[in-house]
Amino acid sequence: MIRTIVLTVENRPGALARITGLFSARGINIESLTVARTDDPTLSHMTIVVDLDDVALEKLLKLLDRLVDVVTVTAVDTRNAVERELLLLKVRHEPGQKLELLKEAEIFRARVVDVSPQSYVLELTGDEEKLEAFIRVFEKYGIVELVRSGKVAMARG
Amino acid sequence: MKKMKGTEIFVECLRREGVRVVFGHPGGAILPIYDQLYGAEIRHVLMRHEQAAAHAADGYARASGGVGVAMATSGPGATNLVTGIASAFMDSVPMVVFTGQVPSTLIGTDAFQEADVVGITRPCTKHNYLVLRTEDLARTIREAFYLARTGRPGPVLVDLPKDIQLSECEFVYPEEVKLRGYRPVLDGDPAAIRQAAVAILEATRPVIYAGGGVIASEGAEQLRQLAEIARIPVATTLMGLGGFPTDHPLSLSMLGMHGSWYANMAVSRCDLLIAIGVRFDDRVTGKIAAFAPEARKIHIDIDPAEINKNVRVDIPIVGDVRRVLSVLNMELERLLAEHRTTQWEAQRRAWLEQIAEWKRAYPFCYDFDERVIKPQWVIEEIARITEGEAILTTDVGQHQMWAAQYYRFKHPRTWITSGGLGAMGFGLPAAIGAWFARPDRPIIAICGDGSFQMTMQELAVVAEHRIPLKIVIINNFYLGMVRQWQEIFYSGRYSASDLRVSPDYAKIAEAYGLRGYTVRRPGELADLLERELLASEPILFDIHVAAEENVYPMVPPGAAITEMIVGPVGARTIPESKESIA
Repeated sequence: MIRTIVLTVENRPGALARITGLFSARGINIESLTVARTDDPTLSHMTIVVDLDDVALEKLLKLLDRLVDVVTVTAVDTRNAVERELLLLKVRHEPGQKLELLKEAEIFRARVVDVSPQSYVLELTGDEEKLEAFIRVFEKYGIVELVRSGKVAMARG
Repeated sequence: MKKMKGTEIFVECLRREGVRVVFGHPGGAILPIYDQLYGAEIRHVLMRHEQAAAHAADGYARASGGVGVAMATSGPGATNLVTGIASAFMDSVPMVVFTGQVPSTLIGTDAFQEADVVGITRPCTKHNYLVLRTEDLARTIREAFYLARTGRPGPVLVDLPKDIQLSECEFVYPEEVKLRGYRPVLDGDPAAIRQAAVAILEATRPVIYAGGGVIASEGAEQLRQLAEIARIPVATTLMGLGGFPTDHPLSLSMLGMHGSWYANMAVSRCDLLIAIGVRFDDRVTGKIAAFAPEARKIHIDIDPAEINKNVRVDIPIVGDVRRVLSVLNMELERLLAEHRTTQWEAQRRAWLEQIAEWKRAYPFCYDFDERVIKPQWVIEEIARITEGEAILTTDVGQHQMWAAQYYRFKHPRTWITSGGLGAMGFGLPAAIGAWFARPDRPIIAICGDGSFQMTMQELAVVAEHRIPLKIVIINNFYLGMVRQWQEIFYSGRYSASDLRVSPDYAKIAEAYGLRGYTVRRPGELADLLERELLASEPILFDIHVAAEENVYPMVPPGAAITEMIVGPVGARTIPESKESIA
């Protein structure tokens, strides 16, 4: 089952390695991971997405909480959290396709952030479903390159 | 404010932490600190290998109840420490380890004797630090000691680049430690403790399963009170030996793979398991599904990550064992004052009688032999002569299990063994460390001939300080436990377990200026030990024992703990069905 774990951690060298080490030592693959500083520069916010069952998740949360560098850790429930991901998509535009391509981008509220004679770079933010749908639609134009930021999450309320 | 050099700050911080002795080995990247230690109040014990320095700090910590300190240089010095750090980590031993590091300007350049020591030790320390500013040194050392000894204890490593040791800054000693991600819970939830007390009262067949947490929390007295108040038999883990007296009528001795038959039977048939300061290790539980299958389970532990890790429990209590037991005992006394009925008394009596019957049926036993020394008898003789007052350290293997089975433990902190990691070569250096903590007690290192060869260079330290250790080598000219497994599980194919080509250990002792005895016949043993075991000088006893003796009972790996192979003659399996043991 896909899980989203949200942590606040000390913003210092080694903290990330300590956290990811708990996953790798147990053979758990990280689906995505984002880290960045919070409003408090001594703290980082981290969002980790993993595929785990309930029992493994409970154990892992406790192990994460045990780390001295981890200040808070929770598994967020999709219903009680806002989850967003950023996508950059470089897509080819053949002559005669430009208008249709831009219109479809508009439907998703994607923005064009780079223009070249052969391609556009589109930027899209949204939850996972929206990003997946967007990719499916744009496959027909010929995807040159695709980068996803990995999910960031925040509990509601 | 006066400026101080990093090395001066280092020594001042150690002094303030109450460190009297450190175990280490010098080298290039830590020379500034060694220069500062020259003539300092703190005593440095020069070990002959860094692994031994870590084991000695471990032995010191466990014998004293304080924090052990080990140090070494960068690169190979630090990597040699790793086995000792990993052992302390598995056994939750409070230790602070200092390593020299190449100057911060050279880190990452593949400099001479450079290794990523914080990287290497990250999974086997409670926490570790690379200090990159001398201004951070005092705070880091303060935090390291605080982390090592509080909560679930463990080793903390501090990596010190050479330039950090040499530069100067103002010395500010942090009075308080502020770590927002570290908040150990010491007091158990009162509601859970009350629930546990009621469960204990309601149980008809309760068993206590007590481990190293009892010793780490100084809770042996509270454990004894709990057992006596509620009349509950106590099985201890390997790490818990000494936490409950072996000769106490409620003692079940050790449980698990080489535990007593009656401890394993009691745990398997109990209706309430009270797990105290333990982690449900596979060497204790055997097949998890068959471990205490009929029992409700209470689990008291300071580490929340241990709750429901291997076994789901019904009443978890996170807290310090001693504190939780103190409250639990009060609660039980209150409840018992009201609810002690004749029916309750009768149920307890019936359960304890059943256990007494199991004890009579299969005590630890071996065949005494007049021609060849039985290893179990050696341990029995040591127990008799020391009357349980010695500190025992061991290596890892058959001798370790025989020592655990046949010694009569009386006090906590008198049994020092590498339990979780199972590091051969632990016994001698740990005994050296223990002596610096408790020079008032007889200290006996019970070694295997295989294990002893891994750290026997430390005899030089014994000689240098005239440490009155007694080193008892249970010598079967085999890697005995490996051979036992090969005999039972690999059709007797003794692949690489034969140590027939071995040195004359007594002569090795003599080479270091120590006395050594070789003992071959049972007739020589008792008198010699009687005469020399408590002598005030170091002595090595190389005791040639029955070569193919096995450790019994034995639970085959992955089997239920009732499926014991019991020795000594005609190994047989005890049937699991309840009817047959009634």
